[in-house]
Amino acid sequence: MSILAYNGGAMVAMKGENCVSIAADRRFGIQAQTLATNFEKIFEMGPHLYVGLPGLATDTQTVMEKLRFRKNLYELKENRPMAPKVFSAMLSHMLYEKRFGPFFVEPVVAGLEPKTYEPFICNMDLIGCINQPKDFVVGGTASAQLYGMCEALWEPNLGPDELFETTSQALINAFDRDAISGWGATVYIIEKDKITIKNLKTRMD
Amino acid sequence: MSLALRPSFPDYESVSKHNNFNPYSDNGGSVVAIAGDDFVVVGADTRLSAGFSIYTREQSKLFPLSANTVLGCSGCWCDTLTLTRILKSRMQMYQQEHNKTMSTTACAQMLSIILYYKRFFPYYISNMLVGLDDEGKGCVYSYDPVGHCERRTFRASGSAGALLQPLLDNQIGKKNMLNAKEEPVSKEAALSILKDVFISAAERDIYTGDSILINIITKDGTTEETFQLRRD
Repeated sequence: MSILAYNGGAMVAMKGENCVSIAADRRFGIQAQTLATNFEKIFEMGPHLYVGLPGLATDTQTVMEKLRFRKNLYELKENRPMAPKVFSAMLSHMLYEKRFGPFFVEPVVAGLEPKTYEPFICNMDLIGCINQPKDFVVGGTASAQLYGMCEALWEPNLGPDELFETTSQALINAFDRDAISGWGATVYIIEKDKITIKNLKTRMD
Repeated sequence: MSLALRPSFPDYESVSKHNNFNPYSDNGGSVVAIAGDDFVVVGADTRLSAGFSIYTREQSKLFPLSANTVLGCSGCWCDTLTLTRILKSRMQMYQQEHNKTMSTTACAQMLSIILYYKRFFPYYISNMLVGLDDEGKGCVYSYDPVGHCERRTFRASGSAGALLQPLLDNQIGKKNMLNAKEEPVSKEAALSILKDVFISAAERDIYTGDSILINIITKDGTTEETFQLRRD
């Protein structure tokens, strides 16, 4: 079994009309044994910038702390918020530095560009290869299921409410078919002047 | 002389080196079946492939066993050919011995036994047997390679099984929907969902594509339909 599937987890981010969403499950476990159902793997990195780090839970937290440190230094030096594109490039470099002893996370970045409020999503593999599509990105152990769900449910120009419904349905139905993800979900809807965070009730088995 | 320093003369080696033969190959393909009250639809993509090459774009993976029973296979194609040949002859033997056609439920049980008979050298196939049961209701039986059998109303299997099954849970099983009515799916709805899920699968699964062959089984018999998918 891959070390990326040691703790389990599912993650998805989608683009909408002037908004983006990012959502993840809340399970923390060791292989088949669930230890907690309140584990956060999406982190706020700025007013319109979120990063999700599915994969090995210890690396989720280490990478998050390293990212927060580097982002804070940038913001103190430059005196301006870090754009999602810059943040992704920084993360990609950070991961590739460890090309032959990587952090076992498959990051997902979602946010709005400063000033233009252009939606931004991207994901990358554990050594930092960036993928930046126009529709949605997925990560974690339920990625095959998520691809099937998103490919059918996603459509262009979704408003914030439709985007919430689409993202939630895609995530919940996908992780219900994965034994090591689920046990609750968190959905973030990021708009220009509003961030909505919702914790979803799901089946707990 | 130590082992590492010994010169190598491959032509004079006394122990023959042989490459291990692998009897299995994964030829891909996906099968989806949806059963209703008085019908069942089953669809399979028509791509036959191995690794990064496509053998053919028009291979049917659906095998009619009787007037109201169809078997859908995906996985190792050589095993599929052998298994369906055996099933065909067993169907004929039953017909001649009992002077009647085997029912879908009997076929389902027979398939499970035939698969388990090769428990330690299995047919590497994901099988899906569909048809009408003794009451005329649609039924779908899905199998693992060693004959574990389960009856359901809808099922996706094969290379895109993981992509398709949650979508069927949601759209047909009405999972995670508030105030959804539990009503049996209509034939038209089943057909359109079947096509939609295959379009999604063809986007992301390289072993699923080209086109789908659909069989619609009702009490009046089986009708065929094809539907084009992306061919890249």
